[in-house]
Amino acid sequence: MSGSGPGVADFGARLSFDRGEPGRRAVDVPSWAGEEAPLPDDRLLRESVRLPELSQGGLVRYYTALSARNYGIDSGTYPLGSCTMKYNPKVNDTVASLFGFARAHPQAPAEDVQGTLRIQLELGNGLGELTGLPNVSLAPAAGAHGELAGVFMVARALEDRGELETRRRILVPDSAHGTNPATAAMAGFKVTQIPTGADGSLDRATIQRELDETVAAVMVTAPNTLGLWERGIEEVAGLIHDAGGYLYGDGANFNAIMGRVRFGDLGFDVVHLNLHKSFSTPHGGGGPGAGPVLCSEELAPYLPTPVVEEDDDGLVRLVAPERSIGRLQQFQGNAAVLVRAYAYMRALGLDGLRAASGQAVLNANYVRALLHGHYDLPYDRPVLHEVVFSGSRQRRELGVRTYDIAKRLIDHGFHPPTVYFPLIVEEALMIEPTESEPPEAIEALVEALISVAKEAESDPDTLHHAPWTAPIGRLDEATAARRPVLRWQEDSE
Amino acid sequence: MSSRSSGSPHPYIPATGADRARMLERIGAPDVGALFADLPAAMRDPAIHLPPALPEPELIALMEELAGANADPWRPDFLGAGAYRRSIPVITAFLIGRSEFATSYTPYQPEISQGTLQAAFEYQSVVCELTGMDVSNAGLYDVASATAEACLLAARVTKRRIVALLEPIHPGTVEVVRAYARGAGLRVDTVPSPEAIGEEHACLVAQQPDFLGTIVDLEPLAAAAHGVGALFVAVADPFALGLLRAPGDAGADIVTGEGRDLAGPPNYGGPSLGLFAARTKYLRQMPGRIVGRTRELADGNGRGEERTGYVLTLQAREQFIRRERATSNVSTAQALIAVAFTITVQALGPNGMRESAVLCYQRAHDAASRIAALPGYETPERGPWFQEFLVRGPIPAAELAARLAARGIGAGLDVSARPEPEARDALLFAVTEATPEAHVDALIGALAEIGGEA
Amino acid sequence: MKADYEVPDNLLYTDEHEWLRRDEENPDQATIGITDFAQDNVGDVVYLELPPEGDSVSAGETCGEIESAKTVSDLYAPVDGVVVATNGDLEDQPELVNDSPYGDGWMIRVRMADAAQLDDLLDASAYRALIEEH
Repeated sequence: MSGSGPGVADFGARLSFDRGEPGRRAVDVPSWAGEEAPLPDDRLLRESVRLPELSQGGLVRYYTALSARNYGIDSGTYPLGSCTMKYNPKVNDTVASLFGFARAHPQAPAEDVQGTLRIQLELGNGLGELTGLPNVSLAPAAGAHGELAGVFMVARALEDRGELETRRRILVPDSAHGTNPATAAMAGFKVTQIPTGADGSLDRATIQRELDETVAAVMVTAPNTLGLWERGIEEVAGLIHDAGGYLYGDGANFNAIMGRVRFGDLGFDVVHLNLHKSFSTPHGGGGPGAGPVLCSEELAPYLPTPVVEEDDDGLVRLVAPERSIGRLQQFQGNAAVLVRAYAYMRALGLDGLRAASGQAVLNANYVRALLHGHYDLPYDRPVLHEVVFSGSRQRRELGVRTYDIAKRLIDHGFHPPTVYFPLIVEEALMIEPTESEPPEAIEALVEALISVAKEAESDPDTLHHAPWTAPIGRLDEATAARRPVLRWQEDSE
Repeated sequence: MSSRSSGSPHPYIPATGADRARMLERIGAPDVGALFADLPAAMRDPAIHLPPALPEPELIALMEELAGANADPWRPDFLGAGAYRRSIPVITAFLIGRSEFATSYTPYQPEISQGTLQAAFEYQSVVCELTGMDVSNAGLYDVASATAEACLLAARVTKRRIVALLEPIHPGTVEVVRAYARGAGLRVDTVPSPEAIGEEHACLVAQQPDFLGTIVDLEPLAAAAHGVGALFVAVADPFALGLLRAPGDAGADIVTGEGRDLAGPPNYGGPSLGLFAARTKYLRQMPGRIVGRTRELADGNGRGEERTGYVLTLQAREQFIRRERATSNVSTAQALIAVAFTITVQALGPNGMRESAVLCYQRAHDAASRIAALPGYETPERGPWFQEFLVRGPIPAAELAARLAARGIGAGLDVSARPEPEARDALLFAVTEATPEAHVDALIGALAEIGGEA
Repeated sequence: MKADYEVPDNLLYTDEHEWLRRDEENPDQATIGITDFAQDNVGDVVYLELPPEGDSVSAGETCGEIESAKTVSDLYAPVDGVVVATNGDLEDQPELVNDSPYGDGWMIRVRMADAAQLDDLLDASAYRALIEEH
C-alpha cells in the first residue's frame, strides 16, 4: 500500500470504524424544512448507532485500498475450476445500469416494465433453445437456489403422483458439488452416494442396482466436475425414467456444451444454469448470480413463481404456474443480472456461443497436453471445459501439498485453480481456463505450474511458506474458527 | 465474416485461427469438433434458434430501446411494499464498480482476496450494529429467503415443527417461508396476534415496520415468543433502524432484513440482499458464508510479522464440507451487494443514518397529512408509522390507481383485498427521503382533481 | 504414510481411530478420545460437539462431531454405555485434541453397559497394523 504512518504495515488491523473522526461525514443529508411531525414514542426509537465517521475522500480511499488487495478476472488469469471465470464484458454492466431498467420497481404493473419483461422472455426463450428444455423460471438467485427449485419441483410432482411418501431417495455422484446433497436434504430427501467409475464416469452398475421405487431423482452434473462427459447419460436417463424417477441436471458446467448438445435431447427432466458462469455476468466476490431453472413439459406446472409469458395481445406478464412450488424470493430474482446475461447472449449469438464452448474446451485440453507428466492425471482422457490434475505424487514424495502449490502460484501472478475438489481426487488441482484466455496466457500458467513442480523438488520450503509477494501471508485459519472474531469491536485495533 | 475465419471469432474470445491450429496440433486433434467426440453423435450440434449476434453499438441501441419500453424512470411513483427508492451516495456505485471487487469470486484464497474479505467483515460489523445482534453472516439472497432460513434454524434448535408469522407481513415473505417449510416438512401458521402462539411453535416472526407501514413494539412480541420457548425473529428494514430501536435490544434472537434499497436502485427487485444476524448461541447453526478476523501464521510468510487478515471461517457448517448435513445449501449469494450496502451505511454514518430516516419520516408524514386534508380522502392509521401509509379515496382503490396512472403517476400498491379493516379500499403509498417534493405536489394535485371528478 | 504415530500399548482402539482407556479404579468406566493418527488426519480441531452427561451411547453409532478448519468427522462410540463426563476444557481449547490426543485431549468418559464388548476392540499392535495400511 502507498502512504505512511501508523497502521499502514498492518492495514487489516484498522477497519473503517478505526479510521474515522467524530464529526466527519461522507454525504450530507438535507434537513426537513417543513412542519415537523412528532416522532414516535421513545421506547420505539434508538439513541444512537455505532458507525464510522469518514470524509468522502477517506471512505473512497479505504475501499480503493481494499480493492487493491483483491484479485479479479480483470487482474489476470483466474483458472478456478468449476467457476467459469471468463471475461465479463463491460457493455453488460453499462446497459444494465440504464435508468429505465435500474429504477424499475418490483411491484410495478406489467405495463410499466415491458422492456425488462421482454428481456426476460427472450432470455428464457434463448436458454430454452440452448438446453432443449423450453419451460423456464428465471427467479432463482444462484445455482444452489435453482437446484432448490428443481428438487422442490420433483417433490411436488411426486406428491401429485402419490409417490412422495415412497420415493425418499436422491442419488448423487461422489464427484458432485456439495450443493447437490445439501439441496436434496433441504427438500427432505435422503442422499445415496454413487461412486465414480475408473474412467471418470458414473458407475453404471451401481446406478442400475440402486434404481428402484424409492428413488425420486438422480442429480447429475454434465459435464461432470472432472471435466468429463458422462458417457451414455442418455441411456442412464432412460433407465431412470423406466424406474419412475427424474433426471436432474446441474448445469454449472454448461460453458462446455453451449450449442453443442442439449439437456432436453439427452433426457434430462430439469436443470439449472449458472448465468454468472456460462453467461459471463460478474461474480462479485460471491454473487449476485442467477440460477434459472428449466424443465420438461411434465414438470412445467411446478416451476417457481413467477414465470414470464406473452399474452395474445403482445403484453409480457409474470404469472404463477398452475401447481407452482411457490416463490423462493420475495420478488422476481436478480433482474439486473438477467439483463447482463441477455446482453451477452445477444452479443454472441449462436455462432459466438458455439465458438465460446469450442474454445473453452480447446483451452482445457491445451492445458492438459502441456501439463501432462508434470502432475498426476488420475482420469487421463480428453476433457471438456476443465481438467483435474493431482498433486498426490508431490505430497507423497516431497511433502508438498496442493495447498502449497496453489499458494506458490500466487507469487507467479495467477489466481490458483480450485483445490481439493472434486473430493474423489486426492490433492486435486482443478483447472478451468475458459475461452477468454489467449494461448500465451495458458502457456504462462502452465510454465508457472511446471516451475512450481520443479521448485517442489529443489526447494520445498519456499512452497511451504508461500505466497511471498501477496498483500498478506498465510493466515491462521484454525484460530479464526476456534475463537471466532466476526465483527468490529471498540478495542479490537 | 471472411476475416473472422482466421481471426478471433469474437472480441470476447482471443484465440485466432492460427492459434487454434497450433493448439490443435499440440493436442493431436484434427479440429475443435473432435474434442466433443464423447457427446452422443446423433444429438450433437442440434438446430438452435437464437436471435443474431449484434455488434456493440447495435446492442447498446437495442438495450436503450428496451429500457425505454419501461415506464419513465423519473416519473412520480409511490410504490413501496418491500422496495424503496433511496438516496444512494454516488460513491457506492463507483466503488463496487471497481473490477477487483466485481470480477472476483468467493474468497477461497485469502492472501489475494483481502478486499472482499475485509469488506465482508465491515458488512458483518455494520449489520450487527444496526440490528443489535452479536453475529451476522456475509449475506443471503433476499429478505424472504433469509427469513425462511431463520425459520429452519428455529425449527432445528427448538426441535419444533411449526413456525408462526405475525400479520401483517409481506405476502412474498409468507410465500417463500411456505415453500422452504414444505421441503423441511414444517407447518406455517400466519397469526393475527402473539397470543396465538404456543409451545408447538418454533418461532414467532414479525416484520418491522410491518407490511402496512406501522412501527411495531417488538419487546412484547419477543416476550410472548420466549414465554412459550420459541425464538423471536424480527424482519427489519435496515434503513429504518437508523431511527428505530435495534431489534436485538428488544429481545430478538434472529434479525433478517432486505439490504437492496441501501445498495442501489431497485433493479426490478434484484440483485437483492438478505440480512441475517443472530445471537452468538446460534452461530454454528447459521446459514451462509461467515468471515472472521485472524493473524498471519508465525511462519506464514517467513517474516514473522503476524499482520491482521480475514478468512472465511466456521466453514464446517457449509455445503461444500458437510454436504447433506449442512445448515443450508447456500453457496454464491450477494457478496457485491453486501459491499454496496456497507459503503452506503458507512457513508451516511451514525448521524446520516438517523437524519435520513428522520427526513424520510417527515416527508412521508407531510405527504400523508396533505392527502388527508383533501376532501374525500383519508389515511387510516394502525399506530405510529414510518414511510408507508394507507390512502382511501372517494373511488375504489383500483380505479384510483388507474386514474393516477393515466396522469403519469405511479400509485401505491393496491392492498384493498387484505383482511385488516384499515386496508379496506386502500392503496399503500410510500414516500421516502428520496421522493422529490415536486412529485408529492403532483400527487396532491392529481388526487384533488380525481376527487373533484368523483 | 509418513510419521511415526504414537500408539500407546495400554489402550484399546477402534477402526474409526478412537482409543479407549479402561479406568483402573472404576473398571466399569472408560475414557474415550481420538488417536494421534486421527488428529493428524483431521488437522487443526476447531470445535467439538460431544454428548452431554447422562446421554446413552451405542457401540458403532455416532455420538458427537469433530470439526476441523476444513472437515467435519463423526465421533463413534466404541461401546454401549452412559456418558458420565465430557471434557469441558475442549470448549475453549479444542487444540488440546491435536496437542495431547491421549491426555488432555480426551473427549468423554462412559459407564459401560457390557465390558465384554471390549473384546471386540483392537489392541495396540492390531491398530498399528491398521494405520500402516493407510
